[in-house]
Amino acid sequence: MERPHDLGGSQGFGQIEIEPGPEAPFHHEWEARVFALNRFFLKRGTYTLDEFRYAAERMDPEQYRGASYYERWLNAIETLLAEKGVLE
Amino acid sequence: MSVHMHDHERSAAVSNRVKSLVARLEREGITTEAELDSLVDSFLLSARPENGYAIVARAWTDPSFKAQLLDDANAAMASMGIDLSQWASVTLRVVENTPENHNVIVCTLCSCYPIALLGPSPSWYKSLEYRARVVREPRKVLEEFGLTLPPQTLITVWDSTAEARYMVLPMRPAGTEDYAEDELAALVTRNGLIGTAPV
Repeated sequence: MERPHDLGGSQGFGQIEIEPGPEAPFHHEWEARVFALNRFFLKRGTYTLDEFRYAAERMDPEQYRGASYYERWLNAIETLLAEKGVLE
Repeated sequence: MSVHMHDHERSAAVSNRVKSLVARLEREGITTEAELDSLVDSFLLSARPENGYAIVARAWTDPSFKAQLLDDANAAMASMGIDLSQWASVTLRVVENTPENHNVIVCTLCSCYPIALLGPSPSWYKSLEYRARVVREPRKVLEEFGLTLPPQTLITVWDSTAEARYMVLPMRPAGTEDYAEDELAALVTRNGLIGTAPV
């Protein structure tokens, strides 16, 4: 099984996009919401940080590479809420 | 969902997904928008890069603090009243730049980072490009950040994990012998603490 998150040393990646100046913590309101949701469920003990990371790593490789950072977080949260039976 | 969708369309689609998820959680009585907002606000108040800047300035001026920082960073953080465990308990290691050795941090597997000391990480730190490339060609990557190191300077790349996080202690700039601690703190940048800037 391909592990899309194991990127160290992978070749074929281009220029790193670097935003000039101090960067805002979030670029869209929904990113802050996703961040808050993860914090909420971690604090509540719904899942652990390792389970969260594993949920993101299990994404379809094509989807993983196409998704933005907080989109991957949202995917992981949705996966875990379904698996843990929090939301049917 | 197509990966070729334009960024703004894609963002709008994800935004709607988030809205409907939060609405479902509210209906189920699990959380509220207000509660989620307060979690972000409290986080941004405590996890700030100024924490990191203050630590560096203190290490530059207080040799015993610096020794403790390099030996047992968790104890040094506790002595400054900084709570490292934003998500789960972590071991922090502070790595010192010298003329012979430059340090740079990455998390090749995800985005692990000492968030309590540096605030939310910049987008480039989380990018697939940085994660893939900095371990293979660090000198070239640092040049893209405008940091050209002498060829004889070794570069050590530290790959973070959920349990082990790193922060770089930059070299104190020359000509700052008379600076007070707060003036020194003002010289430090977030990239300096990651290793993609000299200070």
